Order: sequence, then C-alpha cells, then structure tokens
Amino acid sequence: MILEKLQEKFGSEILETDGDVAVIIKKDRCRETLRFLKEDPDFLFEMLMDLCGVDYLPMGLKPRFEVVYHLYSLTHNHRLRIRVKVSEEDMSLSTVTDLWKTADWFEREAAEMFGFRFEGHPNPKKLLLFEGFEGHPLRKDYPIEQRQKIPVPEVKPT
Amino acid sequence: MATTDLFGGAVITTKVKEVIAWGRKYSLWPMAYATACCGIEFMGTVSSYFDISRFGAEFVRFTPRQADLLIVLGTINYKQAPILKRIYDQMCEPKWVISAGACASSGGFYNNYSVVQGIDELIPVDVYVPGCPPRPEAILNAVIKVQEKIDRQAKEKAA
Repeated sequence: MILEKLQEKFGSEILETDGDVAVIIKKDRCRETLRFLKEDPDFLFEMLMDLCGVDYLPMGLKPRFEVVYHLYSLTHNHRLRIRVKVSEEDMSLSTVTDLWKTADWFEREAAEMFGFRFEGHPNPKKLLLFEGFEGHPLRKDYPIEQRQKIPVPEVKPT
Repeated sequence: MATTDLFGGAVITTKVKEVIAWGRKYSLWPMAYATACCGIEFMGTVSSYFDISRFGAEFVRFTPRQADLLIVLGTINYKQAPILKRIYDQMCEPKWVISAGACASSGGFYNNYSVVQGIDELIPVDVYVPGCPPRPEAILNAVIKVQEKIDRQAKEKAA
C-alpha cells in the first residue's frame, strides 16, 4: 500500500523496487524525497532507524556504492528502505542531519567507512576511527592485512 | 637478606636496594586499564574470594600518578592507543606492566584494521597473561611474577 502511494507520488523518480518496501531513488532528489516522506501525513517517517553504506564491488555493480536509509513511522507503524546509488567518481550526497538528528553519527560512520561525503554535515569528523586513518576499512578492496600507523599522544607545549 | 647470630638473632643483614625492593614488591599499587571482559575477571581477583590483598596489591588506584603497576585488561584499539601511552607516561618510575588476556597481549581474535596487535607495540610489558579472559588465579600468578621480577631487578642492579 505504501508502495502504491509512493509510485503515485514519485512514479518517474523510482528507479527500481524489489517487491519489498525498499525503493531505489535518484541521488540528486534524495533529500527532497526524504523530507517529503518525513513530513507527509500519509507516510510520516519520524524516525531514521539506520543509515548505512554498501559496497557492491564483489558483485561488480555500477555504480559501486549505495547508501540505505531505514525509515520507520511511529504513527503508522510502517517501515521503508530508501536506497540511493552512489558512484565511486562522485561520492557526495546531501546531509539529512537537519531532518533527523540521529543521522549525524550515522553519516559520520558511513563517511569514514566508505568514503562518502555528506555535504552540509555540521561536524564531518571521524566517529569511530582516529584522525589520520588512511583508507576506508569497510570498502571491499581495503586490504585485510593492512595496519595503520599507531597514533601517538599529542604533546602540548609547556 | 640473611639472619645473623649477632644479638641473639635479632638482627638481619641486607642491602638497601633489596630492602626497598622487598617493600615495593609487597605494596604494588595497581591501576587497572580495563576495556573488556578481562576487567570483570580483575574485579573477581580484587574481591574477597580470590583476594589480591594476600599479595599486597589490593590498593587499586584510579589515577596513574599514584600507581606503580599498570594492568591492561582488554582490547586496545588504535583510537585508544595514544590514551594508554599517555597513562603509562604519567606513571612514576619504577613501574611495571601486566598485559592480561589475549587481546592486550596479541590483539586476540581481533585481527583487523582497528585493533592494536598487542600493547607491546606501544609500551614495554613485563608479564603477559594468557587466557580469554584469564582466570583470577592467572592474574594472581602474574602479580607474583612481577614480584619475582622486582626481586631480580634489585639483585641485578646490586651486582
């Protein structure tokens, strides 16, 4: 039902659905779509359950990456996954931190693990990794044996 | 250290360094750097059943500046590495380090991008304790090993 409503509203923008309530949408309109889904009384997705990245390198898909927004509506008790394709050449997306506060840490984690750039993020620092970590460890081509240089404590001038 | 027949056996002869070492080894002030399940085992070690105070090491400090035995219990990842290093640097000499458990000693089964493969990449370690997590007896044994090492160091320096 939720899918029908979506198709009604976004018909041309939905690139693909896989039968489940998951839809792939275009990257450039992703933010507007999410805002609509949050605010429209038919959908009312007040909660962003999760935001994660996917690397499709082993499957050889193009574009290589995907960002998945897991939405939940407390009012209607329904769920929806929004998938956005991201190519390796252009890793930038617009942030959704102003829509859901919780996206702050989700986006920081996805950014450091896969190398996405969330434009407009209020605090685009690393979350779990240390500053100076080289590479993106959840990318499938990150060498499994690769080790980082151990960071040393900063010495404050006396 | 030896007893003599002087004054009816009331006198002990020894060296200053050995007396100091004797004092140190029975009054180790540990500081637990606990990040994982090994820390829970350490709580058991300190508590009444296993009772680390039998070895004089029950006075657990929560500041490195008052401790002379650093016990690292648990997984140390890269983000923690500078913190652990700084804590070690803040401890006054003489100081000893126990690396308790598989994770602290070798990274354990966390052979991945984020975990330091043994804290000896950061700081010198005196005693390693195997186990995942090690039994309290193993931690007590490590304390005894440190005491033996303190004794040995005093004798080596004297020689």
